[in-house]
Amino acid sequence: MKTADSLKLTTPGERDLVMTRVFDAPRKLVFDAHTRPELVRRWLLGPPGWSMPVCEIDLRVGGTFRYVWQHDRDGTKMGMGGVYREIKAPERIVNTEKFDEAWYPGEALGTLVLMEQGGKTTLTYTMRYESRAARDAVIKSNMESGVAASYERLAELLASTPARGPA
Amino acid sequence: MQATHRLDSVFAALADPTRRAILARLASGEASVTELAEPFAMSQPAISKHLKVLERAGLVSRGRDAQRRPRRLEAKRLGEATKWLERYRRLWEGNYQRLDALLDELKTKPQTPGDDR
Repeated sequence: MKTADSLKLTTPGERDLVMTRVFDAPRKLVFDAHTRPELVRRWLLGPPGWSMPVCEIDLRVGGTFRYVWQHDRDGTKMGMGGVYREIKAPERIVNTEKFDEAWYPGEALGTLVLMEQGGKTTLTYTMRYESRAARDAVIKSNMESGVAASYERLAELLASTPARGPA
Repeated sequence: MQATHRLDSVFAALADPTRRAILARLASGEASVTELAEPFAMSQPAISKHLKVLERAGLVSRGRDAQRRPRRLEAKRLGEATKWLERYRRLWEGNYQRLDALLDELKTKPQTPGDDR
């Protein structure tokens, strides 16, 4: 069984949020799953109860992408989009991203890096916000949600960050 | 209020790998500066410097014992900061578990040519 704790999330530096996750598949497939609309809309859905009626991807430098999610029951919509800045299939994508109703100033810059080893792919996704204030606004807006972290999992989260990573 | 300011100092404190390792160590119980310095290839003054940053952010406090001056984790303050990270992590883990299933499916299918869209 895949453990639910394999995703690592850290906040190195002042403006970044970084996610790391290993997938048991070659990176060509992971890349496809991030760039082909018919595949993207099957997994990039967020909390239960949301679907993705709009998923448009113009995969070239300067091309745009557009995602719209919709809540199945009350029809609430949430959209985001951006522009591709760098594409190096099947290993790297850099794009701007912004929610339609962004609650933080400026755009974020997303960098997806896929490294393959022994048939497994390590995904690293870095979101860089325009300022520390913007990143912290993203974080703070979600703080009242009342999902208390259990301190065991917390310790795990902290322990899982490498003690001597690159700066 | 100063909530934003506080959050700034907490995340700045968490941005350093040594400080995260110190917090992870303190999560399993209080410890003196000497004990904290042991697993790191670092001098006690260097560790003390990191502890000062953690104390200023309210993430670490000093225990009662005047001799050992053990440091302890202020779990509530840390919890405030990591609550969001935990929620966000779960959201993405949900996405990535769906992606796992999709990739398993793609692996069993013959590859479709990547040139068409």
